[in-house]
Amino acid sequence: MRYLDEYRDGSAAQRYAETLRAIVTRPWTLMEVCGGQTHSIVRYGVDEMLPPGVTLVHGPGCPVCVTPVGILDRAFRIARRPEVVFTSFGDMLRVPGSSDDLLHVRAEGGDVRVVYSPLDAVAIAEREPDRQVVFFAVGFETTAPANAMAVKLAAQKRLRNFSLLVAQVRVPPALEAILAEPECRVQAFLAAGHVCTVMGTAEYRPLVERHRVPVVVTGFEPLDLLQGVAMAVRQLEEGRHEVEIQYARVVRPEGNPVARRAIEEVFEVTDRTWRGLGPIPHSGLGVNARYAEFDAERRFPDDAPAAREDPECRAGLVLQGRLRPRECPAFGTRCTPEHPLGAPMVSSEGACAAYWLYRRRRDPAGAAAGAGAA
Amino acid sequence: MCLGIPGEILETHAGPGGLRYGTVRFGGASREVCLEYVPEAVVGDYVIVHVGLALSRIAPEDAEETFRYLEEMQELAELEGEQQAIERSEVP
Repeated sequence: MRYLDEYRDGSAAQRYAETLRAIVTRPWTLMEVCGGQTHSIVRYGVDEMLPPGVTLVHGPGCPVCVTPVGILDRAFRIARRPEVVFTSFGDMLRVPGSSDDLLHVRAEGGDVRVVYSPLDAVAIAEREPDRQVVFFAVGFETTAPANAMAVKLAAQKRLRNFSLLVAQVRVPPALEAILAEPECRVQAFLAAGHVCTVMGTAEYRPLVERHRVPVVVTGFEPLDLLQGVAMAVRQLEEGRHEVEIQYARVVRPEGNPVARRAIEEVFEVTDRTWRGLGPIPHSGLGVNARYAEFDAERRFPDDAPAAREDPECRAGLVLQGRLRPRECPAFGTRCTPEHPLGAPMVSSEGACAAYWLYRRRRDPAGAAAGAGAA
Repeated sequence: MCLGIPGEILETHAGPGGLRYGTVRFGGASREVCLEYVPEAVVGDYVIVHVGLALSRIAPEDAEETFRYLEEMQELAELEGEQQAIERSEVP
């Protein structure tokens, strides 16, 4: 496919790896903050092509994985209501809450449906006016314009039976939280290309200045990632710290102003709790007062007590880049895609799922425990 | 979750609620995509599509950037290699 295959060229990747080896003089630690990038890195072995000492750690780049147990449990309670059609992207179905998942809710009779787009959920609401259609709005800034469009379309059609259960998160506050950790060893970030497609680069400049940390907005194919690493390493080697765009064919510095206006029309910035990271100020979006009737939390009020995380799951450390999936004692033993302890093992973008998919056969979990340590 | 797929706009039309829609081809498959967020994109353009909505028009003039940068890196690596060789040769 055009604009995909050319960025998977093996010989160009080799040349990138060779030139990187020639310019690197010191060890550097970079973090990518996008589950799609994490999977690409592990799938194509981008991390293994880098010079010794240049380490990629995987950040909290999987919105499914950072969705807190409290919202998941609330989703399951809403999905169990007889009048509700609960719609979601497919990769939420197997994510465990405190004691359940959406597949289980469906098996017990809940009307849980997978949709490709939130706009499909609006179409269901129009087709089935006697049902309450709820869409589970999980995602980074990339997905927010689609969810905003769904709400605007439902409002335009005067639908009284459509709402969003919102777990939208924003990337820059999470980067701030990671840099604030005393044990943080991240020296540069590869920022998520599609988040910046929407938001542009302005939000990253204060962070770059304050922490003197390079940020390179990077794409998703192996050559994109190698170029992103090369640009970040060059900044580090030259003592620069700037926001640069590797993924220039898609990302403009100003982002997509039309999409951003739609986000601002429907949502407001809120504090959010990230699964594994805890509460982060201003790190989320919620439906604003103007569109309050489309907020599932207001439509289905509930005061159930907050749930607890499985204490054995170390997803929090994995999401902060402090533990590699294979270093977790439960990886591949008590935690597998069939019986996950935490979300990163079952989300299609989870770091644990990436190592399970692409590295399990080559290095069985037990033999490789600790082998990925930086 | 943030997966975005490049596809080519084959035609455009009005969709649900009067929104601007188009048929977009991804390799062998085509599907309906909301184009409301890419007003500048026209038939023949490639767009990045995420959960049924196009988020960006791909700029063909920037598509070669990854390969241009590789050449720049290779020149830089050669220069550094030469520099190191000179430094080595100066050591008695």
